[in-house]
Amino acid sequence: MVGADRGDGAGGLDLALVAHLSRLARLGLTDAEMEAILPQLRAILAAVDRLQEADVSGVDATAQIGGLYDVMRDDQVEPGLTAGEALANAPSHEAGLLRVPAIQ
Amino acid sequence: MSLLDLSISELGRRLRAREFSSVELAEEALGRVEALDGKLGAFLRTTPELALEQARAADRRLADEADPPALCGIPIGHKDVLCTRGVETTAGSRILEGFRPPYDATVVARLARDGAVVVGKMNCDEFAMGSSNENSAFQPTVNPWDAERVPGGSSGGSAAAVAARLSVATLGTDTGGSVRLPASFCGVVGVKPSYGRVSRYGVIAFASSLDQVGPLAKTVEDAQLVLSSIAGPDRRDSTTSPAPVGDLAGALQEGVRGLRLGIPREYLAAGLEDGVKAVFDSACRWLEAEGAELVEVSLPSTEYALAAYYVIAPAEVSSNLARMDGIRFGPGEPQAPSLLEAYELARNRGFGPEVRRRVALGTFVLSSGYYDAYYLRAQKVRTLVARDFSRVFDGVDALISPTAPTPAFRLGERTHDPLAMYATDALTLPANLAGISGLSVPAGFASGLPVGVQVLGPYLGEAMCLRVGAAVERSADVWRRVPAGFDG
Repeated sequence: MVGADRGDGAGGLDLALVAHLSRLARLGLTDAEMEAILPQLRAILAAVDRLQEADVSGVDATAQIGGLYDVMRDDQVEPGLTAGEALANAPSHEAGLLRVPAIQ
Repeated sequence: MSLLDLSISELGRRLRAREFSSVELAEEALGRVEALDGKLGAFLRTTPELALEQARAADRRLADEADPPALCGIPIGHKDVLCTRGVETTAGSRILEGFRPPYDATVVARLARDGAVVVGKMNCDEFAMGSSNENSAFQPTVNPWDAERVPGGSSGGSAAAVAARLSVATLGTDTGGSVRLPASFCGVVGVKPSYGRVSRYGVIAFASSLDQVGPLAKTVEDAQLVLSSIAGPDRRDSTTSPAPVGDLAGALQEGVRGLRLGIPREYLAAGLEDGVKAVFDSACRWLEAEGAELVEVSLPSTEYALAAYYVIAPAEVSSNLARMDGIRFGPGEPQAPSLLEAYELARNRGFGPEVRRRVALGTFVLSSGYYDAYYLRAQKVRTLVARDFSRVFDGVDALISPTAPTPAFRLGERTHDPLAMYATDALTLPANLAGISGLSVPAGFASGLPVGVQVLGPYLGEAMCLRVGAAVERSADVWRRVPAGFDG
């Protein structure tokens, strides 16, 4: 349903969709947390559904203010972080590399 | 009377006259934090070693240089979303506990270049998401004028510390009002520069198309001095404007005679409390008496701005906060059985309720099937909001309004109602959507609580905002008032 003209607002949001969002966003919400967040998200979506009343026909989208585009400059070589500095905040690293649990 | 009651220019004169040293000034600031912040909660941590090292260097510059910068030797604090090299920077979140950035944000480096002395990192709502500071994962900050009330957010620690004279000035960030709102609630000046006026390099991102760093200070002149230090192009942030900053100091003395100031009708219709309305009406009379012409204007898309903001900001949150995965920084979950579980555990334990709500909401509005109806439509409404401002600035020099519909509200009053909390920013967030300049200046009190007036100027119109703000400040004549318990 890409390209839908109107939001179905709070009506479209249920526990299954919250579970999907939690997986997509790596939030790891528990069942109880999903039950708690569902009515909050529905209330917020019901409020932002106000957007559907605005007349935006023929209006371009604004992603960023300021009018700058394709800002380029010449490359300049200068000192950067050392590997040690870049890894200093990692909870687990080994031999100059980040160490992570296995991908399963 | 404390040295921290003085303005930056007063302190500068006395530092240059050797009445006291920068080290003594820093020690007084640190001493006040030690003695008084227990009841305020404005600081997440102090940086005494850094402060004294910078103060000693400032004292050498004050002795050696013919014309040291105005901020040389002046104590400041940084909102905890600003990266400070080697100093823990958490953005008020558990997920960044222990994070010591390997570099300084550009704004931090520029203030250091100009001799400012960092006394600590300021408490804030988690990742700057909030209007009350109650979303900090570590501690609430209370309002120095009434300990049962919030300081506003998300730069609440930054505002409260200036009001309580624990720091001479501070930096905050403003994504939907997070500098102006706490400035209004705490009775200090707060500037939201135009988008691109100040570098975002080293600012932990909330919503990248809306975020700007701005100063909080006791006076408009103090705020100008800090803004002049941090503003201007930065090759590390390609969204900074190449336009020169110009002479912001000159604007302060120009007065408002001959200016046309617009009052947005929609901003006064937003359920203003009587005490706020009374203070705003006084400010209007002062400005007229000083020779400004006041005219009513209309920003008709205002009614959709809040909805657009609460689609666009969470969408950007859901993308920006993807980097908070516990792998490169933060406590993480390195013992988790799988990488996926490591991410989920780190983020579930690391994010508080408001951050989870916004990440989930942002993920939803960017999802296939909902993108057009929410995110794309919100971006079109953003265009309408920006057009409204462009149109009115063809006819007026600046806009004035209350900064918020109410003075500071009570702790806990809005924590269980996200929508009520979001509405706190109704009068400030349109300026972020449009990328224009703004500030909040103290204009009076309602039932003992400070009330700010918001001045909005065009894109890169900081000088105009400062000019009008300075006129309000002169007439209001309240900036030397210190909250009870912090005066002495």
